[in-house]
Amino acid sequence: MNELSASSQITYRAVMVRPGVARRIRGLSDRTLAWLFITPTIVLLLAINIFPLLWTIYLSFTNYRANRANVPTIWLGTDWYQSILTDPDIWAAMQVTAHFVIWTVLIETVLGFGLAYLIDKKFRGHGLWTTIILLPMMLSPAVVGNFWTFLYQPQIGLFNYVVAFFTGRAASSFQMLGDVTLSPWAIVIVDAWMWTPYVMLICLAGLRSIPDYIYEAAEVDRASKWRQFWSITLPMALPFIMLAVLFRGIENFKMFDMVNLLTGGGPGSTTEVASITLKRAAFESWRTGYSSAFAIILFVTVFGLANIYVKALNKVKSR
Amino acid sequence: MTSATTAHSVVEPSATTRRFAGSLVVLYAIITMIPLVWIMLTAFKSPDDAISYPPKVMFKPSLEGFCNLFTTRSRQTPEFIRSLGPPQGLCDSIARDRNMVVAGPSNYVPRFVNSLIIAFGSTVLAVALGTLSAYGFSRFRVPLKDDLLFFILSTRMMPPIAVAIPIYLMYRTIGLSDTRLGMILLYTSVNVSLAVWLLKGFIDEIPREYEEAAMIDGYTRFQAFVKVVLPQATTGIAATAIFCLIFAWNEYAFAVLLTSGNAQTAPPFIPIIIGEGGQDWPAVAAGTTLFLVPIVVFTVLLRKHLLRGITFGAVRK
Repeated sequence: MNELSASSQITYRAVMVRPGVARRIRGLSDRTLAWLFITPTIVLLLAINIFPLLWTIYLSFTNYRANRANVPTIWLGTDWYQSILTDPDIWAAMQVTAHFVIWTVLIETVLGFGLAYLIDKKFRGHGLWTTIILLPMMLSPAVVGNFWTFLYQPQIGLFNYVVAFFTGRAASSFQMLGDVTLSPWAIVIVDAWMWTPYVMLICLAGLRSIPDYIYEAAEVDRASKWRQFWSITLPMALPFIMLAVLFRGIENFKMFDMVNLLTGGGPGSTTEVASITLKRAAFESWRTGYSSAFAIILFVTVFGLANIYVKALNKVKSR
Repeated sequence: MTSATTAHSVVEPSATTRRFAGSLVVLYAIITMIPLVWIMLTAFKSPDDAISYPPKVMFKPSLEGFCNLFTTRSRQTPEFIRSLGPPQGLCDSIARDRNMVVAGPSNYVPRFVNSLIIAFGSTVLAVALGTLSAYGFSRFRVPLKDDLLFFILSTRMMPPIAVAIPIYLMYRTIGLSDTRLGMILLYTSVNVSLAVWLLKGFIDEIPREYEEAAMIDGYTRFQAFVKVVLPQATTGIAATAIFCLIFAWNEYAFAVLLTSGNAQTAPPFIPIIIGEGGQDWPAVAAGTTLFLVPIVVFTVLLRKHLLRGITFGAVRK
């Protein structure tokens, strides 16, 4: 009986894979199998992420230009780094980036947490409305940027029409994408529209993770709703809010798609965030060495800031 | 207090609170939907209606946007157009009203097909590699496990443009530049880090005892993985796949920098649809709408997995 079932198992297996392969897989130790499972991922990441990064580091010390491959490459040392760090244009771009990150993250966090707090009240149909709210973040930032340029058109755009309708100004009197003071806000509005749902989702996860019994205990102690919010809800949800801030902060530091489509960095350089400067240097003026150095500076900045932030986050978590 | 209220737990919000919360959320949802609805309406407008002011909510539906999206046209003299036979198909007759004839198909369909192939190809690859590695990290003692996991995550912090130049040079050397395979591999490498982290969370949740029981029954480790762990991890795999697909479907920076024709996806293509005298807004809106449809349908169908996936990712970081 035992033999019979064992042999039927073997034939079953033989249907699945060729017997040679089956025997080989059977004979593998756990250790070999572990490496077999993990290696492809590591190899892929080494080939397409780490190798290019090391190459970028190498290029950042040279005068290489990708459009003039036959010019001999000269080792320049840290020349590019010095010129970038002392270049006022670069500092201006970094400032523009910082403003974007701060404003978008602030607006998205306040709105996102507020929405999550309301949705957590589990009103009728909250599932449906949550799904609708989530839609913008599923879209392509580039396509979103493109269709907002249509909404922002001064003569024909819906956005201008609505604002004009409520403020009584002429719709063509303000150019969201062409005005130096308005164009940064045009991008902030689109980014907030698109990514508030993301912050909302993470905050919602945080609110759902607070066990009911804490509120019940507070209720027994006759703590006011206001007090419950400040002493329970906010501190318990704080690690999640901070996480959302981290994710949005990293993403918006790299912001490229939307800005490229909405303003392309203009008017002037009022919306020229770091990625746009980088793209211009790398793919328009083909200063490969220079742009590599700038890319490394950006990467180190994100990595450093993220690390400091994660330390703070862990402190909050362990509290 | 009536018995009706005491039946609720003290943490249940009151009916008034719920109504208040509900109306605020609904208001936000409606405002958020307006741009999307507007772009979908614009897809069915004629070019004149699309640029009229004040914006038209009521209009005569037209398929001109879709025709302009799918075809290229050339301007002809009225005499020449009269000398032609009857118009061939709907788009030709729309074009002839504007003194044009259909010259051929546009590039939208090939770009859309590229998007499909690259997004689904990289999703399948990333999920497959991610599942294997996640299992490896979850179940075996791997040397330097934490360092490897952090290394995998840190690859996601790189700005795409930082690695775009060397990838461009590398792809040019090995002949992968502007190919679908190149883009699939690239998106897979970006997605795989997320896949490993999400799936490790899900696989950690599956008790080891299941596989151990299967192995006592005579299964090998590999069979136990395929027949016991994989079915248990389906929800996690689905959630991960959605995230990978959304990323690959929407990606723009790499696509615009590394592809020019062959392997170009739809996101870099849609903004450059130009009609006579600037952007052809109905055509752009039509292209956008078609591009959004798969992801919107997908989101609505799979929203439960999506919520679960995000929650897991957030809790486990």
